[in-house]
Amino acid sequence: MSSHPHAPEQESAHNTHHAHSHGHDAAHGTFKSYMTGFVLAVILTVIPFWLVMGEVLESKSLTVAIVMGLAAVQIVVHMVYFLHMNTKSEGGWTMLALIFTIIIVVIALTGSLWVMHHLNTNMMPMNPEMMKNMP
Amino acid sequence: MSENQAAVSAENPQFYLTEDHHPENSTMLGFWIYLMSDCLMFAVLFATYAVLGRNYAAGPSPADLFDLNLVAINTAMLLFSSITYGFAMLRMEKGDQSGTLKWLAITGLFGLAFLGIELYEFHHLILEGATPQRSAFLSAFFTLVGTHGLHVTFGCIWLVTLMVQISKHGLIEANRRRLMCLSMFWHFLDVIWIGVFSLVYLIGVLG
Repeated sequence: MSSHPHAPEQESAHNTHHAHSHGHDAAHGTFKSYMTGFVLAVILTVIPFWLVMGEVLESKSLTVAIVMGLAAVQIVVHMVYFLHMNTKSEGGWTMLALIFTIIIVVIALTGSLWVMHHLNTNMMPMNPEMMKNMP
Repeated sequence: MSENQAAVSAENPQFYLTEDHHPENSTMLGFWIYLMSDCLMFAVLFATYAVLGRNYAAGPSPADLFDLNLVAINTAMLLFSSITYGFAMLRMEKGDQSGTLKWLAITGLFGLAFLGIELYEFHHLILEGATPQRSAFLSAFFTLVGTHGLHVTFGCIWLVTLMVQISKHGLIEANRRRLMCLSMFWHFLDVIWIGVFSLVYLIGVLG
């Protein structure tokens, strides 16, 4: 992974850049990229708030799906424009750590919801009378 | 690898990599891995909230408790603080010390405004009797949102510390590195907040 080839003409430019500050290219954005990220983030924040506060859509589940979808898109926007996530920074290791984390997060979230949902549905049915007599 | 290595190995075979396995300055990677572990901790808190978020124990529900106007203002505060931190980083790249300090101060003010509004909200909830002890939903809510608030608090402390460091020593290499770490931390907190306002507040109020 670390032994990517450099073309000779790129080598010198790359080295001078390294001498300045390592990982410099990966850690910064430009004014334009920050503003692009900010505008996108504002749009992606305003839409879900508007949908919920204005009660725009009839269907509740559709609103939930849109809110979650826009949140996912906004997380990607923040990752790219504010955290400067790309496949090249630190030789690809940050991306690898991110992918690993996403896998664990998905397992933790879906696993918890799945297991607890099944526990709930498989509980012994109870009526309010039984509930009152609980110890 | 092939051409260079082949030329070398013809006369003097090398059985090891001459390039570094990892970057010399691995602080950024290390800090990123810390953020990822923090992300896992938040994932567990989110999972807890997702499981317990509807167990009201005959107590108040999100629709009864949350004021979305306040949440919208809070979200704006955090988003503004993100972009102003970005401006501070751009000033730092230019080597403009006073500009960096100015934008950092603005970022800090937005951070404090966020914390102030959140504390006001918590205070309000507790006065209404919606304490963490009231129901599983409220325990999970206060743990998740409170942990995020604690992170922002420590971010603010870190920010002030760095401002003192920069005004004392200038934009030296060590301070630049620290600023970049805090930049990642600060933007990461904004990413977590996206999950909080979407899952906890917006979907909570929808019911």
